[in-house]
Amino acid sequence: MEALKEIDANETYENDLPTDVALDCKAERIYYGDFLAVRDTHVPIKRNQITGFIGPSGCGKSTVLKSINRMNDLIRGFRFVGDIRFHGVNIYAANIDPVSVRRNIGMVFQQPNPFSMSIFDNVAFGLRLNRYKGNMQEKVEKALRSAALWKEVKDKLKNNGLSLSGGQQQRLCIARAIATEPRVLLMDEPCSALDPIATRQIEELMVKLKEQFTVAIVTHNMQQAMRVADQTAFFAVDISRGGRTGYLVEMGPTKELFENPQEQLTKEYLHGEFS
Amino acid sequence: MSQTGLEHPKLERQPMEPRALKSIILSGITIVCAITACIPLFSVLIMLFYRGGKRLTFQLFYTLPPGAFDSAGVGGFGNAILGTAFMVGIAGLISVPFGILAAIYLAELDPYSKISEIARFCAKTMTGLPSIIAGVFAYAIVVLVMGHYSAWAGGIALSLLMIPTVMLTAEEAIKMVPNPMREAAYGMGCTPAQSLIKVILPVAMPGIITGVVLAVARAAGETAPLLFTALFSESWLSPNDPTASLAVLIYNWSSSPYENLIELAWAASLILVVLVFILNILSRTIGGKIKR
Repeated sequence: MEALKEIDANETYENDLPTDVALDCKAERIYYGDFLAVRDTHVPIKRNQITGFIGPSGCGKSTVLKSINRMNDLIRGFRFVGDIRFHGVNIYAANIDPVSVRRNIGMVFQQPNPFSMSIFDNVAFGLRLNRYKGNMQEKVEKALRSAALWKEVKDKLKNNGLSLSGGQQQRLCIARAIATEPRVLLMDEPCSALDPIATRQIEELMVKLKEQFTVAIVTHNMQQAMRVADQTAFFAVDISRGGRTGYLVEMGPTKELFENPQEQLTKEYLHGEFS
Repeated sequence: MSQTGLEHPKLERQPMEPRALKSIILSGITIVCAITACIPLFSVLIMLFYRGGKRLTFQLFYTLPPGAFDSAGVGGFGNAILGTAFMVGIAGLISVPFGILAAIYLAELDPYSKISEIARFCAKTMTGLPSIIAGVFAYAIVVLVMGHYSAWAGGIALSLLMIPTVMLTAEEAIKMVPNPMREAAYGMGCTPAQSLIKVILPVAMPGIITGVVLAVARAAGETAPLLFTALFSESWLSPNDPTASLAVLIYNWSSSPYENLIELAWAASLILVVLVFILNILSRTIGGKIKR
């Protein structure tokens, strides 16, 4: 387990955080133009655990997740007020290069989005970006094995990534994201475009991946959060001030949150009283 | 009458019913119009093959224009074919990098900025620019400055016509690249330049090439810009001097009194139309690849 050792070695970076928190996300306010999308949200993401983000549509869970690797920078009018601490550094500080942030915090998207190139090149993409000099073959195989895709594609690595089925494409995207061994892997509803069998495979994969990586996942599916997440953050929409602002209602270990929610809103949501 | 007292619904076709009749007549008119629209192209093609086909020999491609008193069936216009190729090539060398780089800015880097909006508006206006104006413009900035007509001036005039087409089609092609691709590239930690070169441009390439080919096809057939810039020549290509082109050749020789030259003008028209035809088919084939 090379990757594990590497991460351990890097623990010396940590200073002001409890060592079990890989990434501390404090989003005081997130704006799109004048629109306040998220307020008062503090999500500590624990190392080698899966943190699930659940909540109704428009509650800002994806927005918060995409803020963590600065993907939202690509959206016009996006503004983040707060502090996301990653290895002791605020990734929204002025001197931080978002490109470097994204190389250390990988992301898997809702729609499988492999590049229109061979399966091998898809996985090698990030390694080449980082000018990786070692044995490319070995790294690609390792990533594909970790993504539970190696057996299915080992004889057709030259085929286009888009020729795979939806579930395979999503695992290819996971392999692509983990090939560079990022510290944190963000997943934005990775199963919502997949059938139940492919969903099951991805879920099993996530549970395996947390040995090596820290995972944060947005999901619409509460059963999925229950099945895979160690910690769960519940978001809701606040329409009281005229807008539709998302915020964190409560967060805790998944079992506790589902069995004994502290907030009335969480109880209602979990019992399906609103969606 | 059924038991419930309701009439049986009529399900059979009723072609004589007013609304059905109206529909049939309107469909008929549209079909007639659609077919009529094809008539000019086919009649031109038939005429060109009929009049130009008989002079179509390999000799045309490598011989110089005949003198006025040469006997019938002598001479060709190799210099004009070469001249057209050279000037369109120059125009391509100018307009393709220029157009694509501008398109990258418009589509990808700053689509909503004032500069982009102004540039887009200008390019759209330029697509409707009368080609003779492009010729006059190139005459003023190249021919007058250099002091003589030249292939360079012709190329520059043609490039003015190509740039807006290349730029706008390339912009469309880049915009058509699905957003998830872009997200994937940025999500992997690409800089904007890397995501363009490694991901976006390869996907957009068929669309960009389609635009370039269409622009080349248009430029190859333009006459007016070359009348002011390249003029015509009876000798082989020499880029600093007046240069022959197929389009100007047709214009000049078709009104000549010599039967030999008129026949050659027909043959030149045929070659030019076939060339444009091939380029259009090529652009459709490349464009078709986008959907796959």
